[in-house]
Amino acid sequence: MGATGRGRRPRRTHRVASRRDLLALLPAAAVGGLLPSLMVRPARATPAALKAAIAEVIGDAQLNVGRVKLEIPPLVENGNTVACAVKVESPMSATDYVKAIHVFNEKNPQPNVVSAKLGARAGRAAIATRIRLTDTQTVTAIAEMSDGSFWSHSVDVVITLGACLEDPL
Amino acid sequence: MPRALIKLPPTAKRGEIIEIKTLISHEMETGFRHSSTGAPIARDIITNFVATWNGEEIFSARLFPAIAANPFITFHTIATESGTIEFRWTGDNGYSASEQVKITVE
Repeated sequence: MGATGRGRRPRRTHRVASRRDLLALLPAAAVGGLLPSLMVRPARATPAALKAAIAEVIGDAQLNVGRVKLEIPPLVENGNTVACAVKVESPMSATDYVKAIHVFNEKNPQPNVVSAKLGARAGRAAIATRIRLTDTQTVTAIAEMSDGSFWSHSVDVVITLGACLEDPL
Repeated sequence: MPRALIKLPPTAKRGEIIEIKTLISHEMETGFRHSSTGAPIARDIITNFVATWNGEEIFSARLFPAIAANPFITFHTIATESGTIEFRWTGDNGYSASEQVKITVE
């Protein structure tokens, strides 16, 4: 509350930190506060781990882009539950069908998410589930066809609140 | 006792593609978290899911810690004959749960 009502000027007994003083502190705060938080990150899968996980599934085969549609929201508020659906274009006949659908992530502690085994009996190559994502990253879906070819689709997902970081119960 | 929810049409035409939705209550503890004292919390997840139609496997999936708690899985299959569809979930620490649903195919 000011003292203006009593017709007196407020007395300045001590100097308050000015805006200039605070600004001068910024570089020090950046070095002391921001950088370590960038450097100390929890253990997580690297793009190399993702590559290794994908190689384990597809072997030496070539990974084509297309025929697969990974449906996942581009902006997610809570990484603990992210709706994720995969649809594959395929006649699903006795001779031409989808054998398996795999989903991978880039930055969770583990690159695998789910591996589903399908067959001609499925009628439609479409699955859905709910997944966890720990950070903003790329999610990849790969379909394995009966002719031995592999098709993929990747989607970038922005996560506001990641999974695995909340306080345990 | 685990609680499972299965959603599928009670009747279907022969040759019709039906959608099956499954949900089971399970923590799906990832094994990457720590307790308040810093001790790691052991992994406890469902690792496998299998669906069979009159004993014939129609769908299966391997699950990883990146699957959200209370695993929800949707898939499709062609209705062939009347009978029982069985769903089985197995996982860490000897976890096993199953659910059966009857379906009539005309």
